[in-house]
Amino acid sequence: MKALVPIKRVADFNARIRVRPDGTGVDLANIKMSANPFDEIALEQAVRLREAGGVSEVIAVSIGSAQCRDVLRSALALGADRAILIRSDLTLEALAIAKLLATLVRAEGIGLAILGKQAIDDDAGQTGQMLAALLGWPQATFASSVELQGASAKVTREVDGGLQTIEVNLPAVITADLRLNTPRFVGLPAIMKAKQKPIEERDAESCGVSLGARLCVLRTEEPPTRKAGVMVKTVADLVDKLRLEAGVL
Amino acid sequence: MAILLLAEHDGSVLLDQTARALAAALEIGSDVDILVAGKDIGAVAETAAGLAGVRTVLKADADDLDHQLPEAIAALVLQLAEGYDTIAAPATSLGKSAMPRVAALLDVMQISDVIAVLAPDTFKRPIYAGNAIQIVQSSDARRVLTVRTSAFAPVAATGAAAIETVAFAPAEARSRFIEEQRGKSARPELGAARIVVSGGRALGSAENFQTRVVALADVLGAAVGASRAPVDEGYAPNDWQVGQTGKIVAPELYIAVGISGAIQHVAGMKDAKTIVAINSDANAPIFQYADYGLVGDLFELVPQLTAALAQTRS
Ligand SMILES: Cc1cc2nc3c(=O)[nH]c(=O)nc-3n(C[C@H](O)[C@H](O)[C@H](O)COP(=O)(O)OP(=O)(O)OC[C@H]3O[C@@H](n4cnc5c(N)ncnc54)[C@H](O)[C@@H]3O)c2cc1C
Ligand SMILES: Nc1ncnc2c1ncn2[C@@H]1O[C@H](COP(=O)(O)O)[C@@H](O)[C@H]1O
Repeated sequence: MKALVPIKRVADFNARIRVRPDGTGVDLANIKMSANPFDEIALEQAVRLREAGGVSEVIAVSIGSAQCRDVLRSALALGADRAILIRSDLTLEALAIAKLLATLVRAEGIGLAILGKQAIDDDAGQTGQMLAALLGWPQATFASSVELQGASAKVTREVDGGLQTIEVNLPAVITADLRLNTPRFVGLPAIMKAKQKPIEERDAESCGVSLGARLCVLRTEEPPTRKAGVMVKTVADLVDKLRLEAGVL
Repeated sequence: MAILLLAEHDGSVLLDQTARALAAALEIGSDVDILVAGKDIGAVAETAAGLAGVRTVLKADADDLDHQLPEAIAALVLQLAEGYDTIAAPATSLGKSAMPRVAALLDVMQISDVIAVLAPDTFKRPIYAGNAIQIVQSSDARRVLTVRTSAFAPVAATGAAAIETVAFAPAEARSRFIEEQRGKSARPELGAARIVVSGGRALGSAENFQTRVVALADVLGAAVGASRAPVDEGYAPNDWQVGQTGKIVAPELYIAVGISGAIQHVAGMKDAKTIVAINSDANAPIFQYADYGLVGDLFELVPQLTAALAQTRS
């Protein structure tokens, strides 16, 4: 069974994000870019499943500009067998991404797609579920453990009230949560070796799906700022402030 | 301009997120129907019908809706979609799982985590862990959205809507519920609590978490939260995690104990009315967000605070 892992190139989780003063978006100039952290977890899981024998091939795919090659190189170094770049210089929304992924799933005969539960830039959290819907597949979102059992997968999910375990028939879509695994350390030899591997490339426009944006971003704003607080010296001071000043006790 | 709102419930009780998401829905338009889906959910539907401003409660009670698996919920919503131009759900585990399926099959782009309604097609939503706010206008004929419930006050329970039964025609199920581990506690629910006490990596063990953070929460009648670190380390359950990828809370009082204040954590609590931080490092970023900061060792300060509060409360 082939597994597909979509990897989004996003601003690094440590980067300081600033809104452009004219409200036209966030300023990404000189910002370190990385693979979306959840996607690295998704990839690690796919590689582990291949190592355990349930998956035959792991294909990493990134959709975006030519710069997405860097996250695909890292994916190859972590253990993906193949990497595909679907080129587009447009800003694509989750729905368009899901449609592009669905065409790839069909073309490659994928049996399991593991995505991140959300991209930490747009915080949409939609693509995996949309992909599952478009393919008519079941889904297991927010996975914290995945076990393949022949024609199905047993997945434990992190849900609002605690943990939920479900079983999904394969083919299926799984989205990775933080505690699914800790991605392995990738050493220099693996990085060097990954540089030799080819990255296949296709053009998003030629995939035969509509890519047009449905949402118009009218403006991007700074979040409201909190007014500066005070430092208190003792627990007694704190209790006084909470009772008399803040009135929350 | 009819709106369908998916109710959030735990199988027996309607949860507070429904009343909050309803507030958002009522800002979009006045014809709001609430869909209550599940098995044996008559009492939940009754509670939903009591929320102010609801037009009709649609009750779908079926074996195949037990455990509210997103495939079934999405199929049910799609069955009803025709009559609505907005379909909304609270941004809970269920809403986040089911609504993108609905959106994809209606060929619309979902708007996730709405924090303000500016017009029926225009919304505010946070991006980059809340470091920026986008104002987006949808050009789709129908809108599908999830609502960040901490941004809306719950509507009152002063309504009396009619309840209609809807039939659910299930397709062959490709996913099955196996089991659930839910933290049972008498404590208030994290997302709805007036006070939240959260602990971070500095607690170091489950026992310390219990004797410091939970003990303080107990004297305050507060919910307990955590940063990612204690959850990863296994000394706090996953459903306590507050942050970009955990729960978003906006209580009246948030007390952060031994938490550094990474943006991913702050994303989940910075809308609290009053924030208290207790941290041994005077330069910890959490102090930039705190209304009241106390520098020092939590193992000294938290028991003192717990004792002082126990005294004032008794
Ligand atoms: C994709 C992604 C998503 C994430 N999502 C979340 C999320 O949803 N929620 C979340 O919380 N994090 C999230 N994180 C993790 C986040 O980046 C931080 O790593 C995490 O919040 C740190 O937890 P902490 O503050 O408890 O630990 P630390 O950063 O280690 O801070 C511990 C603090 O305790 C203080 N301290 C130590 N000893 C004492 C003492 N005796 N008394 C008082 N203070 C003491 C230290 O000064 C320090 O400030 C995410 C990260 C990634 C990459
Ligand atoms: N441009 C992209 N390229 C590859 N994968 C993507 C892209 N956008 C989203 N994804 C995948 O979809 C997941 C969820 O993204 P989102 O729905 O945008 O929060 C990510 O974690 C990725 O696995």
